Amino acid sequence: MDILIAFGVVSAIGLILAILLALVSHFFAVEEDETVKLLREALPGVNCGACGFKGCDDYAAALAEGRAKPNLCVPGAESTAKQIGEILNVAVEPPKDVVAFVHCNGNCDATSKKAEYRGISTCRAASAIYGGPNACSYGCLGLGDCAAACPAGAICMKDGIAHVDTSRCLGCALCVATCPKKVISMVPQEAATVVMCNSRDKGADARKACKNACIGCKKCEKVCPEGAITVTDNLAKIDYTKCTGCGICAESCPTGCLKKVFFPDLPEVSEEG
Amino acid sequence: MDAFKTLMVILLSSVLVNNYVLSRFLGICPFLGVSKKLDQATGMGISVTAVMLLATAVTWPIQHLILEKLGLGYMQTIIFILVIAALVQMLELFLKKFSPALHKGLGVYLPLITTNCAVLGVAINNITDGYNFLESMVSSLGCGLGFLLAMVLFSGLRSRIDESRVPKPFRGLAITLIGASFISLAFMGFAGIVDAIFA
Repeated sequence: MDILIAFGVVSAIGLILAILLALVSHFFAVEEDETVKLLREALPGVNCGACGFKGCDDYAAALAEGRAKPNLCVPGAESTAKQIGEILNVAVEPPKDVVAFVHCNGNCDATSKKAEYRGISTCRAASAIYGGPNACSYGCLGLGDCAAACPAGAICMKDGIAHVDTSRCLGCALCVATCPKKVISMVPQEAATVVMCNSRDKGADARKACKNACIGCKKCEKVCPEGAITVTDNLAKIDYTKCTGCGICAESCPTGCLKKVFFPDLPEVSEEG
Repeated sequence: MDAFKTLMVILLSSVLVNNYVLSRFLGICPFLGVSKKLDQATGMGISVTAVMLLATAVTWPIQHLILEKLGLGYMQTIIFILVIAALVQMLELFLKKFSPALHKGLGVYLPLITTNCAVLGVAINNITDGYNFLESMVSSLGCGLGFLLAMVLFSGLRSRIDESRVPKPFRGLAITLIGASFISLAFMGFAGIVDAIFA
């Protein structure tokens, strides 16, 4: 008899709760946007954050609200962009293939240390102490925070600075977010010329700290036939929407910090130091 | 005044002396799992506190008005699990509807709490300790705050561990567990302190 009461009570409580839950979920249902669901399914779901949103869910929501461009998903590449375009009924340019690039050529030969760093072996810790041990306070610290963050193992340390193996780079930009010096940025895979310096110091100071530094002489700005290069804060910057890859700037650069490169191979380290 | 004193003793002792995570070793899963970052740890702590209060508010009457009347005290565990799981689901639905912002903050932790033994532990311990309804609620609040305190302290410890050079054999979970045991040891120091305050 007892077991029947127990059985009855548990069943009754279970049933009441089930009904309550059903009622609550019915009356307090939030209408989820159908497009968000579809978009979420179209995205690869790796939550890499390359689109600049918190994950695929966040990006899908932003897309549905029209807050985001439809071609930001790097891992999904063209097929995902196309699907998104179909769902949203908009024309989509395929996402640009981007690769990470370390804008620094301050290798062991070119620059020196202003101090010997013996602390925790991460860039984040090193940069917290007077901007790091390097003579140039803008350059790569070479302690490998980016390499640790890279999910593809595409970054290695060479001559004291980071190098990205662009054939393995996924374009997720996790290294860009990790680098305390902000020396890494994403460049289009078809980029033909890169600025291999991140120093915003005045010409003389930059040169003193590193032989390969951009001294902000503006020569490249003048010679570029497309007007793709601007020098701001003593540092050349290439606008890749205008750059045609003619390489005139690289020839004119007195310090060799503008370099012609051919991805996805490793950019060769300059011979002349 | 005496009643107030009892409540204060219950509150403080459940936060410090009988801390659920550090002294009774309940709710270890979120303690180790969600304590990597301070904001997540805080979110989890607040969610657990809310669920503990809600669970006690429902399970106490169920125990005293239904189970004891029918002599079904032995069904306590299974019914409490049932009730708490359903409650958390309901809470999630409510939050989603009425406070999307809060749901965004706490939503991910709620499903984790449905099966959290600390919540069940609070509900059951309140009954075994013979608390009345008000005392039960105060005790749940204290336990929740104690959990929050443990989470916040531990997330601080873990961010320090992340920055430091840990010998290879200790990396990862090993050093985390050692850190947890040290915090637990430190909390042993609170034993007797609450009684002394209100003596």
